[in-house]
Amino acid sequence: MASDGDAVIDRHGFDALIAELRRRGFRTRGPVVRDQAILHDEVSSTGDLPGGWRDQQAPGRYRLEQVGGPELFGWAVGPASWKSEFFPPEEVVWRASVDDGQVTVTEPDGTTEPVALIGIRPCELSALDVLDRVLQGGRVVDDRYAARRAGTFVLAVDCGAPASTCFCSSMGTGPAAGSGYDLALTELTDGRHRFHVRVGSPAGAEVLASVPREPVGDGDVAERRGVLEGARAGMGRVLDTDGLPGLLDGNIDHPRWDEVAERCLSCGNCTLVCPTCFCSDVDDVTDLSGSVERRRRWASCFDIEHSFLHSGPVRASTSSRYRQWLTHKLSTWWDQFDGSGCVGCGRCITWCPVGIDLTEEVAAIRAGDRETVGDAS
Amino acid sequence: MSDTVERVLAAHRFLDGMPEGTVELIAGCAQLDSFEPGQRLLAEGEPAGTLFLVHHGRVGIEVHQSEGIITIETVGPGQIVGLSWASPPFRWQFDARALEPVSVVAVDVDRLRTELRRRPDIGVVVLERLASLLVDRLQETRLRVLDLHALGDDRPR
Amino acid sequence: MHGPLTPEPYRVVGRREEVGDVVTLSLEPCTDGASGTYAHGQFNMLTAFGVGEVALSIAGSAGTSGLIEHSVRDVGAVTHALCTVPAGAVVGLRGPFGNGWGIERLPDGPDVVVVAGGIGLAPLRSAVGDLVVREREGRGRVFVVAGARSPDQVLYGDDLDAWRLSGSDVVVTVDVGTPGWEGPVGVVTTVLPDLAFEPGGAWALTCGPEIMMRFVARALVECGVEPARILVSLERNMQCGIGICGHCQLGPLLVCRDGPVVPYGGVADRLLVERGR
Repeated sequence: MASDGDAVIDRHGFDALIAELRRRGFRTRGPVVRDQAILHDEVSSTGDLPGGWRDQQAPGRYRLEQVGGPELFGWAVGPASWKSEFFPPEEVVWRASVDDGQVTVTEPDGTTEPVALIGIRPCELSALDVLDRVLQGGRVVDDRYAARRAGTFVLAVDCGAPASTCFCSSMGTGPAAGSGYDLALTELTDGRHRFHVRVGSPAGAEVLASVPREPVGDGDVAERRGVLEGARAGMGRVLDTDGLPGLLDGNIDHPRWDEVAERCLSCGNCTLVCPTCFCSDVDDVTDLSGSVERRRRWASCFDIEHSFLHSGPVRASTSSRYRQWLTHKLSTWWDQFDGSGCVGCGRCITWCPVGIDLTEEVAAIRAGDRETVGDAS
Repeated sequence: MSDTVERVLAAHRFLDGMPEGTVELIAGCAQLDSFEPGQRLLAEGEPAGTLFLVHHGRVGIEVHQSEGIITIETVGPGQIVGLSWASPPFRWQFDARALEPVSVVAVDVDRLRTELRRRPDIGVVVLERLASLLVDRLQETRLRVLDLHALGDDRPR
Repeated sequence: MHGPLTPEPYRVVGRREEVGDVVTLSLEPCTDGASGTYAHGQFNMLTAFGVGEVALSIAGSAGTSGLIEHSVRDVGAVTHALCTVPAGAVVGLRGPFGNGWGIERLPDGPDVVVVAGGIGLAPLRSAVGDLVVREREGRGRVFVVAGARSPDQVLYGDDLDAWRLSGSDVVVTVDVGTPGWEGPVGVVTTVLPDLAFEPGGAWALTCGPEIMMRFVARALVECGVEPARILVSLERNMQCGIGICGHCQLGPLLVCRDGPVVPYGGVADRLLVERGR
């Protein structure tokens, strides 16, 4: 179903979109192939995008392969999520100079030109919404995140190539972008290579109006529907979210936590690739001139220091840390931020060195739920 | 109305919920007694022949050392003083001294034993109560062994 | 105006050595602006420049002067630096954070039992000050139980005396007596059954080592106090103070944001599950 303002553009139109965003002062950031993975960098035209590449993902496995063909978005998601655009892995929060009993504290300028996210996947767009709630939706706002996030232009691309590790359908975050975008594209390759464009905001409409485009035809609508149906059918994994927060809360002493801990290396990879993990540490660094800077960097709840108190860590075992991570994502996140902390991108499964699969862990807990199967003793 | 042994016992926490006849049984082995501040209820090394049910005032369980007297534990109304009569060699392990004006019911434990053997139905309940009291004391002591205040903690403070 | 993660410089205008390893610092802002108001039981993040930052509950009388008081126990690198900072020096401060005890919302009438272990009295100190006034005005009694390791480790002895003189019931109990000490000897839980408070409707505020708070809460429940009216001040790894760094989680709670004061009834099970595994 076409809505007012929706259109179809070809690759030249897409190039014109990127050019128009750059003309408007946006830093255009998008997916590129680097180090044998899809990462994010500045893109100035569609020629920078991963044309003709596919990814193969499985628990503990990620491979890119060049298959040729016109597709710019023939892959699912790479290891880098968009959170680092707004919440860098490391940054200086403040500097203080200590001089003759006087202390002056200054903050490095955190503002930048607004960014346009080219080709953000629906699951990742949902992840940004989750991060927004955490970092700028509470009583106190993380001003550094908010400054970078302000004025972001979102050019989303619906997902037509989910990986075996994907389960965005289960989480209600994909494969089509639902909201929060300025423009949402669906890549169509049947016959002619083109993009179905949906308009999500006045800013999106304005940018689209400045590029060559065609009206949406019945064939475009049908093909788009087919792409999304194919994506739903090709989704490699399922997570049953029915009553999930309560299920996990009621099974915090389930034996499965100890079983998964026998495989978990507590390496924290899952938290680094997760698009919503927001934990951070701070560290004060001094130099010989007497100035001090406080650096903030990503932290992981798999780090034994994460829960450290003077008398020791609260979560000393791998089992308790895995449980913290998983129950936080899928259960207590609801209590804290009124939503799920998981968007179904599957990165934690792909990038786990031993291939631990949270959908499998949840299924095992559901299967062994004492509430439903009765007392096994 | 002056206190009688029966009246004090009937109101004492130690006998709370005990079967009928218990107050009379214990009263038959007991008398009221009182101590001025500083006066000893019992002395380390002496034969343990009395169980005190504290009615008023606080009693310190104490031990002597070269630097002076150290109070190990304080016992107040509703609690009991004197446990060593329950276990060989039936001698007091510590001193007990009144820290305030103290009034007690002093129970002759030899007579109490005889009476409890005659009435095992009451005997078992009294022993259960005594065991529960000992467990409480043990738990409190365990908490102190943890030396909680010495543990580092970095709560906001 | 700085962001919430950036400390403001505060000058140490007073420094008092308390018992043991505890030092109380009086702080005032280096800039002209007076320090903001805060509620009893809230905390600040204090920075020893070049060393690091630590969460410290506010121990000063709330809102009465421009000075903020913090009692610091020397237990780590940052607290050591703060304990040894000389008067006149500058530290960083951000806050206040957290929710506080909420005693300003207490209705008139109910008794309030305050149980503190060691330096756990610090976040309760200004609250008790107000509760003593509340009692004097006939709006409800207050019973204070302070536990210490030994008689020479009793924190805020002057305050305890003043509260007692004001007519409030104040009991100090120690784990180990010393020659001359004739007060109660035993953990704080042992004196609770002898307090003459009315448990129905009573509120309890407790702060101290987590193990102590668990036992205190159970003993209070045993006395007839409702678990929802027993407030505990939780200890977790608080780093940002505003609920965005993730370190202080306890199940559904971000302790710095949703606490540190929470009803015991809501966290009792979680405390047992989370700790030590």
